[in-house]
Order: sequence, then C-alpha cells, then structure tokens
Amino acid sequence: MRYEAPTSVEAATELLAGGKPEARVLAGGTDILVQMHMDAIAPELLVDIKNISEMRQIESLDDGYRFGAAVTGVELMDHANFCRTWPGVMDGVKLIGSLQVRGRATVAGNVCNASPAADSVPALIAAGAIATIAGPNGRRDIPVEDIGTGPGKTSLENGEILVSFFLAKARPSSGGAYQRFTPRTEMDIAIVGVGIDLTLGDDGVCTHARVALGAVAEKALLVEEAAATLIGTKVDEQALDNLAAAASAACRPIDDKRGTKEYRIEVAGVLARRVAAIALSRAKSAREK
Amino acid sequence: MGLKPTPYGTAIPFEEKELKFVGKNPTERPDAIEKVTGRARYAADYSLPGQLFGKVLRSPHAHANILSIDTSAAEALPGVKAVVTMDDFPDLEVEIAAAGELMVNFRDVTRNVMAREKVLYDGHPLAAVAATSNAIAKRALKLIKVEYEVLPHVIDVVEAMQPDAPILHEDQFTKGVDPKPEKPSNIATRIESKLGNSEEGFKKADVIIERHFNTKAAHQGYIEPHACVANYTEGGYAEVWTSTQGHFVFRSQIAKILKMDLAKITVTPAELGGGFGGKNTVYLEPLAIVLSKKSRHPVKMVMTRDEVFRATGPTSGTNTKVKIGATKDGKITGAQAELNYQSGAFAGSSLSMAAVTVFTRYDIENILVIGHDVTCNRPKVAAYRAPGAPMIAFGVESVIDELAEKLEIDPIEFRLTNAAKEGTQTHFGPKLGPIGFVETLEAAKASEHMKMPLGPNQGRGIATGFWFTIGNETSSTLNIAEDGTASFVYGTVDVAGGSRAVFTQIVAEELGIPLESIRVVQSNTTSLGFNFTTAGSRGTAAGSMAAVKASRDAVARMCDIAAKIWDVDIDEVAWEDGHARPAGANVGDFDPLSVADLAKKAAYYGGTIAGHAELNVVGGGPGFGTHIIDVEVDKGTGAVKVLRYSVIQDAGKAVFPDYVKAQFHGGAVQGIGMALNEEYIYDENGIMENPGFLDYRMPVASDVPNIDTIIVEVPNPNHPYGVRGIGEVPIIPPLAAIANAIHDATGIRLQDHPMSPPKVLKAMSEL
Repeated sequence: MRYEAPTSVEAATELLAGGKPEARVLAGGTDILVQMHMDAIAPELLVDIKNISEMRQIESLDDGYRFGAAVTGVELMDHANFCRTWPGVMDGVKLIGSLQVRGRATVAGNVCNASPAADSVPALIAAGAIATIAGPNGRRDIPVEDIGTGPGKTSLENGEILVSFFLAKARPSSGGAYQRFTPRTEMDIAIVGVGIDLTLGDDGVCTHARVALGAVAEKALLVEEAAATLIGTKVDEQALDNLAAAASAACRPIDDKRGTKEYRIEVAGVLARRVAAIALSRAKSAREK
Repeated sequence: MGLKPTPYGTAIPFEEKELKFVGKNPTERPDAIEKVTGRARYAADYSLPGQLFGKVLRSPHAHANILSIDTSAAEALPGVKAVVTMDDFPDLEVEIAAAGELMVNFRDVTRNVMAREKVLYDGHPLAAVAATSNAIAKRALKLIKVEYEVLPHVIDVVEAMQPDAPILHEDQFTKGVDPKPEKPSNIATRIESKLGNSEEGFKKADVIIERHFNTKAAHQGYIEPHACVANYTEGGYAEVWTSTQGHFVFRSQIAKILKMDLAKITVTPAELGGGFGGKNTVYLEPLAIVLSKKSRHPVKMVMTRDEVFRATGPTSGTNTKVKIGATKDGKITGAQAELNYQSGAFAGSSLSMAAVTVFTRYDIENILVIGHDVTCNRPKVAAYRAPGAPMIAFGVESVIDELAEKLEIDPIEFRLTNAAKEGTQTHFGPKLGPIGFVETLEAAKASEHMKMPLGPNQGRGIATGFWFTIGNETSSTLNIAEDGTASFVYGTVDVAGGSRAVFTQIVAEELGIPLESIRVVQSNTTSLGFNFTTAGSRGTAAGSMAAVKASRDAVARMCDIAAKIWDVDIDEVAWEDGHARPAGANVGDFDPLSVADLAKKAAYYGGTIAGHAELNVVGGGPGFGTHIIDVEVDKGTGAVKVLRYSVIQDAGKAVFPDYVKAQFHGGAVQGIGMALNEEYIYDENGIMENPGFLDYRMPVASDVPNIDTIIVEVPNPNHPYGVRGIGEVPIIPPLAAIANAIHDATGIRLQDHPMSPPKVLKAMSEL
C-alpha cells in the first residue's frame, strides 16, 4: 500500500486519477481505517488530504461560510461564530461518533462515506450546503443532496475529490435543527435522522423550508413535499401533523438489523415534528435579535 | 456448580469480632495504578522472542458437513510456519467435567475448538495458521480450500424443539425421558424439579396468571477479546499466558484435549479484561500450543471482536412459561415454570442452574419446574453472570408483579408475604439457612428511592434475584519475608472484582500488620495447588477462606518460633495485634515479638515462616437482592430512559464496601443493557448480523443513571467473616424490574426481550 500526502488539490486529484482503482482519500480516517482493519477494503493507495491548506480552512466570507474537506468536527465545534450561525448543521456534526472521533473525523468524510444514516448529511442538505468538487477537468459545485447515490456510493467521478462546503449567508429569521433517533444515547447509528431549516416572514408565516431525512432510504432525501407542508403556515399543530405525514410518506426504508421498515416510517414523522419545533424556536429567536 | 457436595469440605465458622481492616475502604487498590496508566499486562500484551501470529479459519455456514479441507496452498505461502486442522487433535470420548458454573463434555470441547465432522455454527473453527505476521496469516486463511455440504439449520429454541427440526447431533437422544426416545432430538436433556403438588396448589388460588416469555441470546461483552501466547518447548512442555478466569481448569482442559500430562503444562493467567463467566473454557489455547509444537516457535493468538461474538460464549436465548396462583390475601399457593434454553451447538446450557433459582426467593409449597436443554446452530453458550437466572427471573418477577397488581397489593408487600427465609424448603433440595432476603425488601421499602415522585410517562418497577455462592478447591500460600513483610499468593483469578485488595485486608486483619506490608500476587499453575475457576461468586468468599486458613497457619508457625525463643510451651503464646505475647501472667515476663522480630530469627528456629491453605471450601452463603428502577418512556419513539436505579443486596459482610457497590453497579448495568437493546441477530442463513459493538447495542455510560446501593449484611454462618458471594445476584432482577417499570409508565406488559424501542412503540399502539 502506498501513502501520499500531497500539499495541493491539484496534486491530490492527479494521484487519484492515476489509474489505481483501489485509491482512497484519507481525511480523519475514522471510517477508512476501521474498514481496513475489518478487511472490508484494501486500498492500494491512500491520499491524505490533511496537508492541503485550502482544505483546512474555515472562512467567513461576505456571502456565507466556506469550510474545507479536512476540517474536523471539533474544529467546527470550536468555531463559535460558525456554531451560532448554523446550529442545525452543528446538531448533526455533534452526533458524528464520539468526541474523540470528532477530533479526527471530518464532515466531508461523513458525506463521502455515503452512509444513508450519516448525521451531518440531512443537516447540510436542509441548510442548502453546496460542495465544491475538484477533478481532472477542473472544479464544479453541487448541492450536498446530489453527492450520495446509495450506501457507500457517491456521484464523484474517478479522480474527483470534495474540496470544501459552502453555506450561503443565512436568511434573517431562519433556524435549523437536526435530530436522530438511536436506541442508545451515543455511539450509535441513526435509525431515522431529520434535518429541517425554515425561514419566517415578519408575520411569523414560514416563507421557506427545507426538510431532509436520513436512514430511511438508500441515501439522505430532500423531501420537498414535507417542506411544502410548512411553507405558508405558522408551523402550527395542523402544519406539524401534515409535516409528520409527509415525512413518513417519503420514507422508503428497508428492514434490517438496525430497525424495521414500519418503525422507521413512524418515527420519521415523530422526529420531523420535534425537529420542526426546534427549528421554529430558533427562527423565532433569530428574528428577535 | 455440577460438583457433588463433599463431606470433607472446609467451612470456618463465623465469629463476631472487632475489625480493623475488613469492612473499611482501603485508600489504595493494588492493581489500580497499573490499569489506569496502561501498564497492566493483559494476555495480548505478552510477547516472546521469535513468536508467530496465529489466526483461525471459521465456518461461513451455520450448519454443514465438512467434505474436505485442503491446506496445501496455505502451507506453501512464504511466512506460513504451521497449519492445523482436526487431524492435529485426538478425538475424545464423552467425559463430563465442571468448568466454572457450567459442565463441559470433552467430546464436545474438542469439537468446539476445532470442528471435526461438521461445522455447527457461523464462526465454528476448522483450521488455524501460524505465520510470521498477522497479514500473512490472514492471507493464508484465504488459501485454505474447504468443501462443504450445507445442511438445513435451526437458530430459534422453539423451532429447534420441533420434531421435524434439522438435527445437529444424530447421536443425541433426549436424556431424562423414560423410555429412551427412538429418534434423535435437539432436546439434549429434560429436567424436572418438584415440590408438593402444583396442580393442587392452583386449586386453592383465587387468581392464577400464566404468561410466556422469550429472551434473545446476549453476550458477556467483556472489553478484552480472548488472547493467548503459547510456547511448546523441547521435552514436551507447554507454557501458556492467557486470558482466563481459571488457569488450573484451563490446564486440565488443555491436558485432556492434547492428551498431555498436567505437570507438563504451565498456565499463567494474565490480567483479566472482563470475563463474567465467558472465560471459563478454552478456545484458542489448544490451537496455539499445537501450532507452536508444529512450528517450533511461540505462537500468539488474539481474537477480533467479530470472532468473540460469533464463536464465544453468549448466554442462552430462552423461551419460558410461568404460571403462579395466589389467594386474594396475597399468599402464593402454587407455581409452575417451563424453561426452554438454547445450549448452542453442543448440549449443556445453564438450564440446570437456572432451574433451581426459579422460585427460590419465595416460600411456596407447591412447585413444578420443567426444563429443556436445546441444541441449535449457534455458538456453544457459556456461563454469563448468574447463568440463566435473569431470563427466568424476567418471567417470574413479571408474573409476580402482575399478580400483585391484580390483587391490589403493593409489589414489595406481596413479595414480603411470600418471601423465603431461614428454614424455607427449596424446590431443588435443601432448606435455606440464614438469609437476608426479607431485609433487602424492608430496606427497599424504606429507601429514599421509594419516596421520589414520578412524573408523566414515568413508572417504577421492582424485581428480586437469588444466586448461590459456590466453594470448591482453593489453595493459597502466605510467605513471610525476612523483614516481616508478607506476600500472599492466591489462585482464584482476580476477575477484576478486586480480589487483591480484599485478600490484603483479610491477611492484615488476621496477622495484625498494616496493609502496606502485604503484597498479594497471582499464582500460575505451578506455584500453588489446584484452584477451581473464579465462578459462582466464589472469588472473595472462597478465596478469603483460604487467606484466613493460610494466615492462621503462619500465625501458628510464628507462635511456635516465639515459644522456642522464650523456651515455653506453644499454648503459652498468644497472637494479638501483630505480635506474639505471653498467654498469661504466669508464662513469664517476655517482651512481645513482632512479625519482623520473628521473621528475622525464623531460620535459626526451624526455617522460613509460611502458611498454606489447600481446601475444598463449602458453606457458601446464598445471596438475595431487590432492585428498584424508575423509567421514562418516550411515547413517540418507544425509547425507555432509565431515570433512577437502586440495588439493595445482602452481602453477608462487605469486606471492601466500595467494591461491593461496584459489583452491584456492574451487574445492574449489564442487566439494563440486556433488558433494553442487546440481542444476537441472525439472517435467514443463520449468519450473525451484528458481531460488533456498533450493532450489538451494549449501553454506553450516558444510557445508565447513577445507581444507588444499599448493602444489607446478614452474616453467612459458614464463613469466618460472614461473607457471601455478591457478583452475580445484581444482574438477575433488571430485566423484570424494567418490564415492570415500563408497565407502570405505560400500561403495557412486555414478554419479548429485548425491550427495544420498536417493541415498546408497537405494544403501546396495540394497547
């Protein structure tokens, strides 16, 4: 096995495009190394991206935030302003692994590992996060919901690498939240995850919403029908009931060792209500400021 | 247990006396600093020069005939030094022996360490490789070609009992049935335990409740995977460093499996990273020895977590039926239970032990208990902390709770009305001696916990447990050094419960010297006489009996030296407070002699000072406990949150009270985990789907609340300090306590374990 630690994005994509089919990108290693220990994968080339300075930055820009693919969960948790601006995203980030794991793990790794149950993914989708991808043919921007295509599979082409995420400046009076359900309180994999972002108008009516579900399909889902149940309402009981029904209806889960189909569908609705209530209260307190 | 009681056993009677060390918390735990700094040596930490790495090839099928095994390609791989299969192990006849709390049959043990005719479960070993690196060993495993004929399999206990079920052993005919059945069966044994006439008892009852319960297999979940290093030396000797609860019993098992003389095998127990009954049987050791013999190198073997789950000791999954009748004033008149217990691939579950604990907490005149030990295509079950008892207590204590509710009697009062006490006739034979069950119930009733108010969606549950304390062979030596410091060599493996601290306290108490002057050291199999495994809650109870005997032996020797120095009769020397003193005024005016004084002169007066114990300990005091739990149920998701937990248990005498509490905590936590989320999950091919801690959901710290404890002390009359075993009782009540609390919170009664969120939510929706 070959280990490379390039210092530029271009060098990284060149290595990855080099024709080795069993090449992997190494960021925190909290998924890759475990999979190697379990003999699930045996990469011939590991490309460590932690020496690429562009990928280590958290930047506050005029039009939003950009953070690199090698930024760890703890680095985001320690960034007070980012945390204040994107509490919904941070709800998800703070649920990745344990504190020790988050000390190494990156959001980009969580996204590219492409588990349908990844905690940061529904939160990023709800927040409208855009990923910048670099490859042999240059760079392109895609929404996070277009990255995962199925368990362990992404839309990234050979030689492509996720460079950074961009979160456009949050609308006034908006709030986001993410919650998951796991049988254990920690160190567990979501049976259902729900991320919701919503924006209130001056009259308290929801003008914009995004609802994303994790662990209920082959990939995290952006559910426009569920968002539609909130837009134009004051996110009252009736709206929440409609949201719950729409969230449940969007699920197409499987029965597996982690949960039954029936259970995931029901809990998706229960959780959607709870998450919307948190997002609403965050949006209201954002409006008061 | 399984051993016949001996008339030649030793029980040193309880003596009430003022105590200086026993019953107080020492400030230092001898093994603590090494453990928290990472310097303690566990089996996987041992390495020998030139050592190879051994890996095991395991069956990918639940049930299959082995048609052929071709190891030639693996043997040809550079770096591979030895490959072994069944051909490297002698076949063994049926021979039953005790291994901890469960019995083993050597014909089966040898087949479990290395499959012979068939593979019987996913993970069953069928070859092993020793190579110069782990990576080469793993590559070699892939080169071994095995031809299988896959057979139909059976995982579930009830399905395995059906007449048309796939049969694991064609030569297994149900024992305990007369006449002998004509057809082989997965039911290895049927047992029955009876008192009075249960049917007559039910006739006197005003209310009778009958319920069926199912529990899934759960693993002990010790943090340390099985590991060993073996070295087979010139002259036919074997040395093994391993992770075990009983090095002497491991030595016996190795000797049988490899047909070696016991004296040619030395087993050294490493620091143990948890066992809970799961490290009473050999898995890797015989393979490592034979690989070492073949390769002429030491061989190290360490299991992965996946291997631990697939091929080592879970407890039985069970199907049980409980029927209890009571009068309207709350007196139980009759009780029946049926216990169907998985034994895994080979016969011999914890059934026989579980069967005797079923109703033993209660004074009931009419009892019938029927049990079946059932083979199925799963790893052979191992003992797990009060083996088999939590599952049947789940049934019995749930039905007791339901009876109390129906009769509108407080659940603690209902239990008090029926509680076993000294003189109660058990349904398995003996009458109970002095026990502290009523005291635990009274203490529960009076506890602060019972006064705490409950909020919405919250409920409280009560359940109780009983377990034995076994005695068995126990040897130890106390050596007094020339400077008067003492080293105590013990042979009951410290299974991380803190034996070393406890033995230090006992020796200090007996000798009258400070704790700091005593060092307690683990033996290997050559430094002491035989010691039975640390099992059956015997570690402190039996081990401290040997410490008392060895200490008193050394004291007698020191009195003998003093008598010689003073030139008086030995009866004229008394031992007090760490000194030999003249027994009375007329003996003469001699200054007291300290241990150090005597040790300095010992050589001249006949030789070194030592004390020995080579005992078969008897008279273990049974343990009883009562648990109280408060839960909150999330109505939307079915998640059960444990809010408060109290363990109240009779310890006889708590030698090191903080450790006793730690045992209460540990047992309760394992019980909570088992109750809520832990289960073996199999796919339709009989392959385990969750062989890792991610999906085998043991609780993490934040799943468990602070656990309150109340130590009740009703001395065991057959122990010099009144000690009872305490390690196992606290895992028994949690399943039932949680089920009862969930009922109190929601109105549902769960009879299917684990009580995981989907089950709770479904049951609530059906209410």
